[in-house]
Amino acid sequence: MLEFNASTVAFIVFALFSLGGALGVVTTRNLIHATLYLILSLFGAAGFFVLLSAPFLAAVQVLVYIGAIAILIVFAVMLTRSMTRLRELYNRQWILSGVVAVALFVLLMVGVILPVWGNNGSQVGKPISDTVATTVDLGKALVDQNQYVLPFEVASLLLTAAMIGAIVIARDDRE
Amino acid sequence: MENLCSINNLAACLVQGGMNPDLANLLTTLGGVVLVATVPLVTVIFLIWVERKVAARVQDRIGPNRVGPFGLLQSVADAVKMITKEDITPQGADKFIYNLAPIIAFASVVLIWAVVPFTPLHIGADLSIGILYFVAVASIGTVKIMIAGWSSNNKYALLGAFRTIAQLLSYEVPLVLSLLIPVMISGTMSMQEITRQQGGMWFFFMAPVAAIMFFIANLAETGRAPFDLLEAESEIIAGYNIEYSGFKWGMFMAGEFMHAFTACLLTAVVFLGGWWGPGVEQIPVLGFIYLGLKTGVVYLFALILRSTVPRVRIDQLMTLNWKWLVPISVANVIMTAFLLKLVQWLNLAPQDGTLGAALPQTIILFAGNLVLGLVLFNFIRNMGRSQRLADQAVPVLGEHEESPVHAVGD
Repeated sequence: MLEFNASTVAFIVFALFSLGGALGVVTTRNLIHATLYLILSLFGAAGFFVLLSAPFLAAVQVLVYIGAIAILIVFAVMLTRSMTRLRELYNRQWILSGVVAVALFVLLMVGVILPVWGNNGSQVGKPISDTVATTVDLGKALVDQNQYVLPFEVASLLLTAAMIGAIVIARDDRE
Repeated sequence: MENLCSINNLAACLVQGGMNPDLANLLTTLGGVVLVATVPLVTVIFLIWVERKVAARVQDRIGPNRVGPFGLLQSVADAVKMITKEDITPQGADKFIYNLAPIIAFASVVLIWAVVPFTPLHIGADLSIGILYFVAVASIGTVKIMIAGWSSNNKYALLGAFRTIAQLLSYEVPLVLSLLIPVMISGTMSMQEITRQQGGMWFFFMAPVAAIMFFIANLAETGRAPFDLLEAESEIIAGYNIEYSGFKWGMFMAGEFMHAFTACLLTAVVFLGGWWGPGVEQIPVLGFIYLGLKTGVVYLFALILRSTVPRVRIDQLMTLNWKWLVPISVANVIMTAFLLKLVQWLNLAPQDGTLGAALPQTIILFAGNLVLGLVLFNFIRNMGRSQRLADQAVPVLGEHEESPVHAVGD
């Protein structure tokens, strides 16, 4: 049964942040305000990570998404002028997108949420595991040869390639 | 045994006195929150006076001495003046985010104080990711500058904001990389645990290069001289906070002073041993005093540096970061990882928190840092020598020759 404790209050607050921020992103007419609503929504996601006992991911979410990606989005928005007063809130395809959104929601509910957490779901009745993985476990899993070391190394190669590519594109053609 | 009601066990005391345990916990937590949030606000008033006095003495003058004894009430007078100033909002400014920026400026600094361990027993929130929390909160500070610069409806504010963001984002890299060193040495990211493991030897002696790198990156992150391009009064007037007047500007200023003090506080916690000192195990409250003393020393150093060194240009700033600090930090991380594994393999890792047990690891790590420092020093010396010879060998400027003024690292 739904118990009302501090965890529930925190969940409601973070849900309000995420959903309210997302709603603000799509309904506001000012692009800068939309970026700030996005930052609020990402903050809500970081809160969910904390509630799921993943504080490392919460801090990294704030650091990477809000501290870098949102700043990048703000830069991009600021350098495109005359985007702060949008005239139309909807374009002519809103019926089709509404249908797709509702279909996606129904698909998620029927295909993912109800089979797992519904009445006859596979996770109902199981106790929450009492070995909650800590940051140390995450760190070990990323370099353990039986676990995730290969994706880790491939991801760092990808980041290096992206960085070199960005430098090559952004540099002056002096010589 | 009669339990003395002291500040250490206030919650237990209240429960003994008949209060509901949940309510007692809530009250003590609230009291802790109020204390942690109020101490920086009160400290910043004193800090502004210290800054003006030290800057004045370095410049061979006296500083404020009219208002109150030794000018101690000068900050109070300034605060009163700022509060009574007219609150102007520029026309065409985005009101909501214009007013939001000073709030975020202050909040993003006070939030850091939640993870600072003041004594062995008193800490706001002993997060297991304390160091990462500090970096994440410091990166929220870039948001406030962006929205302050944009919402002022002033192109100079916007340009100042762009330059500031470039500086802040660049200097986060050596900040995080140099914070990795104490995390590697102590094996945890919790601030309280890092402080506790410095009982044998301060991390400053195990990793002096990392400590200096952290200090420099913090100076650049908070916008203190010599990196105070952000508010270079003689160049771009005030950068992103041109259009702020009255108490909103006061919030920005107070936030900047507090950020500088918080950066020195964190240097003291992570590298200088935090609350460690003689007798702190028996009387935990002494930890406050030791931490305050260490922070004061670092802050004094930052203040004297501010009054001594000239301001760097934006290209010198970027060169210093990407061509010097980042490679040094990366080399430091690699070297420290290798040396720590070596110490473990030789079974010299400190088993307990005494000086003798920590000494072998200290010596090995210090030797590694010394080698890195000597290599760096040699490199700089050779580069300076070649630049000096090149300057002396060019007596007359031809048409296609560059001028002899070089930035560091060109």
